[in-house]
Amino acid sequence: MHRSSEVKHVASYLNTRGCECFGQPCESHCPVLTDRTIHVQLKTFIKIRVKPDRTGVVTDGVKHSMNPFCEIAVEEAIKLKEKKLVKEVVAVSCGPQQVQETIRTALAMGADRGIHVEVSGKDYETLGPLQVSKIFAALAKKEQADLIILGKQAIDDDCNQTGQMTAALLDWPQGTFASEMTLEADKLKVVREVDGGLETIKIKLPAVVTADLRLNTPRYATLPNIMKAKKKKIANVKPADLGVDVCSRLEVLKVDEPPQRQAGVKVETVDDLVGKLKEAGRV
Amino acid sequence: MAATRALVRGVRLGSYSIGRSRSLIFNSVQRRGIAACVDPSIGLTDEQKEFQKVAFDFAANEMAPHMAEWDQKEMFPVEAMRKAAQLGFGGIYVNPDVGGSGLSRLDTSIIFEALSTGCVSTTAYISIHNMCAWMIDTFGNNEQREKFCPDLCSMQKFASYCLTEPGSGSDAASLLTSAKLQGDHYILNGTKAFISGGGDTDVYVVMCRTGGKGPKGISCLVVEKGTPGLSFGKKEKKVMNIFGIRVLFRTGTPWSAIFLKDRNFSTGVNASSFVPTASCSLGAAHASVLLARDHMCVRKQFGETLSNSQFLQFKLAEMATKLVASRLLVRQAAVALQEGRPDAVSLCSMAKLFVTDECFSICNQALQIHGGYGYLKDYAVQQYVRDIRVHQILEGTNEVMRMIIARSLLTES
Repeated sequence: MHRSSEVKHVASYLNTRGCECFGQPCESHCPVLTDRTIHVQLKTFIKIRVKPDRTGVVTDGVKHSMNPFCEIAVEEAIKLKEKKLVKEVVAVSCGPQQVQETIRTALAMGADRGIHVEVSGKDYETLGPLQVSKIFAALAKKEQADLIILGKQAIDDDCNQTGQMTAALLDWPQGTFASEMTLEADKLKVVREVDGGLETIKIKLPAVVTADLRLNTPRYATLPNIMKAKKKKIANVKPADLGVDVCSRLEVLKVDEPPQRQAGVKVETVDDLVGKLKEAGRV
Repeated sequence: MAATRALVRGVRLGSYSIGRSRSLIFNSVQRRGIAACVDPSIGLTDEQKEFQKVAFDFAANEMAPHMAEWDQKEMFPVEAMRKAAQLGFGGIYVNPDVGGSGLSRLDTSIIFEALSTGCVSTTAYISIHNMCAWMIDTFGNNEQREKFCPDLCSMQKFASYCLTEPGSGSDAASLLTSAKLQGDHYILNGTKAFISGGGDTDVYVVMCRTGGKGPKGISCLVVEKGTPGLSFGKKEKKVMNIFGIRVLFRTGTPWSAIFLKDRNFSTGVNASSFVPTASCSLGAAHASVLLARDHMCVRKQFGETLSNSQFLQFKLAEMATKLVASRLLVRQAAVALQEGRPDAVSLCSMAKLFVTDECFSICNQALQIHGGYGYLKDYAVQQYVRDIRVHQILEGTNEVMRMIIARSLLTES
C-alpha cells in the first residue's frame, strides 16, 4: 500500500533541552542537549552547579547533544521513510547557533533537511514547552506536515508537555509514550506505554506522536552519511517569522540544590521507632 | 538490552543500518564530561566532530562493555568489527569506488583515537586491517583492487600484514621469506612472526624477497587463507590480545605480486602505520586520564579525597599536558602525511616515538593513582596499560624511530 502520496512530511522535532544531570532532577530549564543512554539511577558525572544568583544551573562550557528520546523520534521517522511510507523527513530544533550541530546529527542519521528556529540569549533561557509548541504548531502548518514525532520528554526538565501542547494547539490527535507505531490505511496505530500496561489506539492523520524508550534503537550515523549530510540544507527561521511570541509566562523564582542527606538515627525497638516517628510528626 | 538488528535496507548504497546495543555503561569514559583542556574535539571541523562522535558512541556501546571479556578469552571479535565496518570503519582512507570511506589521514587518526577508548587491541587490529586495504587500493592494479578491497572494507574478509620474521624484526630489510616466479605464479617460502589476526584472517599482505639483498629486493604479495601450504603456528601467550601468531608459507600462491613504489624501505618499515599506532595509544591515554581523575574525586585517604593532594593534582596536570601535546603531534603528523610533505616520514616517526612513550607513561601513572585497585582486573586502567605497552615495540620499535629521525637530521648536513 503506497502511503507516499498522502503523507508528505514527517517532521521530527528535536528537543533541544536536556542536560548532563544524568538523572538527577533538574529544577530549571537548562538549554543543554544530551545524548546519553536513558537510565535514571546514575551517579552524576558532571557536577551540576547552581548559578550563584540561583536563577538556574551553570550551562556555560557544558557539552550539548541530542536528547535521547528525540534520537528515537528521528530514528522512527527515518524508518518510515525507508519503508517508503513517508516522502520527506524534516528535523527541527529551537535554540542558539549550536543546535545546528544536533540538526546535523539528525541529517547524518538520514533526515532530508533541517530547520533551525533561532532563539538565543535571554529568550532561550526562558524558552519553555508552551513557546516551543507554538513554534512547532506554526511550522507544521507552514510545512504542511502530516506527522510530527517528538521525544516524549527532555531528560533535564522532564516536562513531558511539548508533544501534548503541540497537538492541542493544532487540534490534532496525539499518540504519546509510543512504544510501537504502524501506519494503516489513513490511520496511525499507536501502542502506548501507560501506567497500567500497554494501550493501543488508532488515530487519524495528521497527528502528533511522542517517542518512548522502546519504540526503536537509534542507528549510528555512518561515515558516508555524515559526509552526505554536509550537503543537506538547514533553513534558518525566527519565531517572529512564524508569528510566535517567545515571551515566557513563567518566572523562575529560585533554583536550589537538592537538600543534603541527613544522617539517620538507629533505634532499638519498634516502640522507639514509633515514638520517634510521632516526634517528627510523621505519624 | 536490545539485540542489534539489521534494519530495512537503506537507500542508495544499500547499506544496512545497524541498531546499537543499548548497553548500560554509565561508567563509560566516552560518556563522561570532558574538561575543556583535554577535550579531543577541540580544533576539529564540524564534520570531524561528527566522525569522532560516532566513533566514541560505538566505542562506548559496542566495544567498552566487552573489552575485558575479549582480553580474558583472547577473542578476535568478528561481530563487533563487522558492525564497525558497516559504519565505514573498515576502509577509512580507502577509495570509495571500491567500498572505502575516502577520508583523510587526520580523520582516520581521530576515529582510531576514539575507538581505542573502547578497546585498544581491537582498534589496533582494525588499524592494521585498514592499512592492508589501503595498500591494495593504492598499489594494486584494478583487478586486484576490485577483488580484495570491497570485501576488506565491509570486513567480509579480514586482513593481516606480514613483515616481521623470527630472524628479522627491527632489521626488517633482512627478511628471508622468498617469492620465486614460476610460470604464472609465485612460490612463497618462509615464516612470519607476530602477525596480528594471524589464523583468523582471510587475506595476508606479505612482504617477501623477490630480488637481491636489502630493501630494494623486497616486494609485496597478497595471499589468501586456504592457499595450499599456508599454515599457522600456535597462538602465542602474550601480554595483550590480538598481537599475533606465526604464519608459515610453504608453497605457491596463484596471485601476482603487487610491487610497492615510494616505500621508505631504508628501514623496512611502513611509515603508514606510525600515525594509526600512535592514535591508538592516544585513546588509551585519554581514557586513563579521565579514569584517574574520577578515581581521585572519589577515593578518600587521610580524611580527604585524593583530588586534594597537591602532588596528585600536579601528576594529573602533567598527564593531561602530555596527552594534549601527544594529540597535537599525532594530528600534525597525519596532516603532513596526507599532504605528502617531505618531512612526513620523520614527523610520523617522531609522533610514534613520542606519543607511544608518553601515553604509556600516562596510563602507567593512572594505574599508580588507582593504588591497589589499579592492579585489579575489575578496573579498566590495567588493560589500557597492558594493551599499549606493545605500541612502543610494534610497527617499528621506538629505537627504529630514532634511527629514522637521526638519519633525516644527519643526511641534511
